[in-house]
Amino acid sequence: MTALTAKVTEPAPPPPPDARAAKRRGIELTLLAGAVLISVLGHLYVGLAADGKSTRAPAAPYAAGLGGAALIAHLAVRLRAPYADPLLLPIAVLLNGLGLVLIQRLDLATPGAPGAGDQLRWSALGVVLFVLVLVLLRDHRTLQRYAYLSVTAALTLMLLPVFFPAVNGAHIWIRFAGLSFQPGEFAKILLALFFAAYLAANRTALALTGRRLFWKLRLLPGRVLGPILAIWLLSVGVLVLERDLGTSLLFFGLFVIMLFTATGRIGWIAIGLLLAALGAYAVGTLEPHVHSRVQDWMNPFASIERGDGPGQLAQSLFAFAAGGLLGAGLGHGQSFLIGFAAKSDFVLATAGEELGLVGLTAILLLYGLLVSRGFRAGLALRDPFGRLLATGLASIVALQVFVIAGGVTGLIPLTGMAMPFLAQGGSSVVTNWIIVALLVRLSDSARRPRPGPGDGSGDGPAPAPAREGSA
Amino acid sequence: MIRYIRWCAYFCALLLAALLANVARVQVWESAAYGANPANKRPAIDRYAEPRGDILVDGRPVTGSRDSRQLLRYERTYTDGPLYAPVTGFSSQTYGTSFVERAEDAVLSGTDPGLSAFPLWYDLSRGRPGGGNAVTTLRAAVQQAAYRGLGGKRGAVAAVEPATGRILALVSSPSYDPGLLSGTGTRVKAAWERLNADPTRPMLNRALRETYPPGSTFKIVTAAAALDAGVVTDVDAPTRTPDPYRLPGTSTLLPNAAEGCAEASMAEAVQWSCNTVMADIGVRVGLRGMVEAAERFGFNDEGLRIPTWVSRSDFDTDMSPDQLALSSIGQFNTKATPLQMAMVAAAVANGGEIRTPYLVDRTTQDDGSLVRRTGQRTLGRAMSPATALRVQELMVKVVEDGTGRNAAIPGALVGGKTGTAQHGVGNAGTPYAWFIAWARGQDAPQPAVAVAVVVEDASAVRGDISGNGAAAPIARAVMEAALRTHTP
Repeated sequence: MTALTAKVTEPAPPPPPDARAAKRRGIELTLLAGAVLISVLGHLYVGLAADGKSTRAPAAPYAAGLGGAALIAHLAVRLRAPYADPLLLPIAVLLNGLGLVLIQRLDLATPGAPGAGDQLRWSALGVVLFVLVLVLLRDHRTLQRYAYLSVTAALTLMLLPVFFPAVNGAHIWIRFAGLSFQPGEFAKILLALFFAAYLAANRTALALTGRRLFWKLRLLPGRVLGPILAIWLLSVGVLVLERDLGTSLLFFGLFVIMLFTATGRIGWIAIGLLLAALGAYAVGTLEPHVHSRVQDWMNPFASIERGDGPGQLAQSLFAFAAGGLLGAGLGHGQSFLIGFAAKSDFVLATAGEELGLVGLTAILLLYGLLVSRGFRAGLALRDPFGRLLATGLASIVALQVFVIAGGVTGLIPLTGMAMPFLAQGGSSVVTNWIIVALLVRLSDSARRPRPGPGDGSGDGPAPAPAREGSA
Repeated sequence: MIRYIRWCAYFCALLLAALLANVARVQVWESAAYGANPANKRPAIDRYAEPRGDILVDGRPVTGSRDSRQLLRYERTYTDGPLYAPVTGFSSQTYGTSFVERAEDAVLSGTDPGLSAFPLWYDLSRGRPGGGNAVTTLRAAVQQAAYRGLGGKRGAVAAVEPATGRILALVSSPSYDPGLLSGTGTRVKAAWERLNADPTRPMLNRALRETYPPGSTFKIVTAAAALDAGVVTDVDAPTRTPDPYRLPGTSTLLPNAAEGCAEASMAEAVQWSCNTVMADIGVRVGLRGMVEAAERFGFNDEGLRIPTWVSRSDFDTDMSPDQLALSSIGQFNTKATPLQMAMVAAAVANGGEIRTPYLVDRTTQDDGSLVRRTGQRTLGRAMSPATALRVQELMVKVVEDGTGRNAAIPGALVGGKTGTAQHGVGNAGTPYAWFIAWARGQDAPQPAVAVAVVVEDASAVRGDISGNGAAAPIARAVMEAALRTHTP
């Protein structure tokens, strides 16, 4: 039955449990074509807005590059993860394409520091890694075996930048042979992997054992909680040392969310949040780099009142405000006034100014859709590791979008982080393609028709028969 | 675990909702406040993104735009900047705008809704029309004659066409080049500071914004008031004014600079500029009559826009008789702008009616099609037509055989009045030399021009001779230029 349903592309009406087993690869291809078309048109428009001829932003190589990458990624999905959620890849391509459009647009305003070419090459590398993940990783549960390897790698990666000079006040970069990347970006996947594997293995102990303190609050067993807590503290500690506030916030949120998902202990979450608030307050008051950012957030116009002109956050708010409801139109904004981080940390301000509230809402909803499809995969998966991993990866994207978008719009203090896919930054783009690849793999497992209803516990062996269906 | 994943998803949805709400707050609710923040450069960038429209004299632009390739892209340039500065003012990226640049800023910068037949189209297309032009009423030849006449001496010239109110020349001297203030940066700042610190105050628009005691030129107002009020019915009848004249209620004696003023007629008094006679006539007209007459000419009016605002010219409304006597000969607290005194001459020339002076004839789109035309309006009647005729005769005599002979133009009918304004503590300052005049071409139905000239640093020759010596030749040159270019 499984093999049969797997072959049908239209959902067969009667059998209820596996009606969603349809592959929907055609829909994915159509959506991809739309995503590429939107990006290419945006690219053309940027060029036209700049000089009326579009010669300054050559669209043909861009269209070929993005279209080719999308096609290759689609083929990889079609061949290696045929049941995958058809929305994941098109959303990633659209966000990546829009990011390239925005960076190209900002390049035209800052001819001295072009970024679109590099971003295109990094995106290509990201797609290559996407394909590699899908080809090499046939079953996500394989990753469970590498829990300790990944945590070691994560901590090593995070420690490395300490030995490199600080850039803009943060020790988060490794400069190597003319290239620079942010190891923290990779570390977040590895850490999510470790959390998922560890919590999946020790879930029962965490959820059910432990000394009762009072009422429903029970002390989690130190034997189980200890190692993971130590690793989490270590990673956040390193990040604080490196002054990478955004990533430490991300790791904290990731830890709390995954712990909650594994144990369901809301009391501990509350305590965790309280501790985090205390820690954030302490860091925010004592650490000068962080303190100044909190000050900026409290009063973004302080530097104007001092007569020093608007700071980055004030410029960012001006840019968003200038966009209004419908935006100034691609290429017609002045978000380059934000300064050196306009293409990375503040790229969303360009989207806000030139595409308006309407365009920005669309972009944020795209992220929301991406995250929800991640959670959906988590819900549909049967194995705890897969569920935790999907939840963790989706949460990474959600938290990162919230932290950076909230920062540049003045909702929360600003932390240097990259908007997934949209911002200029090689390590970020590559990492996000790996995250999407993992989500594609997870959703493929989740939607793959299962063996008969008798052994549908979900925690069984890999659903091998489905592969025949995909051949 | 399913339940907890759902909760996580709800939490993420909450984060997204918070983001969307906050973005809507910034982009919609607080958009205007952020846009109006003085540190936000966007309005300035938009403002200077396109070349600014031009100010035209005789159909030719006296302004221009230069692409600076900076963030604030187009900077203002001026041809003959110092000559036209009192008219154009400056358009500075650092210090804003003044005069016509300011008054017509909406048209020149392209934001005026009248520039587009379909304003909605520009809203939709997010573009905006190019800057429009402001066509002035100036005549280049008249303006140049006035500027050359002053020759760098401190002073001002205002010339109007009596029948229409068109301003033909507006000169303030010494002047400056407004192009020095166009852009941004240290050079502009330095120029601004230098011009402001200059003791000769080159940026002061003396024709519109400085008020001077009008001296004997004010006697025209007094004469008109007396004739209109019936205090004097026969201009040639001798008056009973002694020389010197004791100011009423005081023991102060008012002397004359001229001779033969004792019991002179009003005609002689104007011709030779007798202080005694005109002071007494002013007292006989009375405070109320004099104030009303002065206000009919435009004194005490703060609302005059040409479209640049013009300083108020003063004639006190609450004076003792001795003060009234002094005010009637343009002393005491009486003060007038050169434009105001040109309007006095114009009223006489135009049969008593004052036309509202105006400087911008029309504004056009950059292709020349009309945006707005300044309608010719009447400011009011300063005197009856009969009185105007008689005062015209009095003024003609001044030029033909009186104190203002330097203004005579062969082949034209010219009426004028000299003035010397005492000022300073105990009248110790170098007196201001005044001359107001009008001229009509031979057989022309209407006067071509009315002019007021004031020279601050006239040579220290006291008396009305300074008005005739320093100011009248300038007035003559201006009138000659106006007569030459006049097309009725």
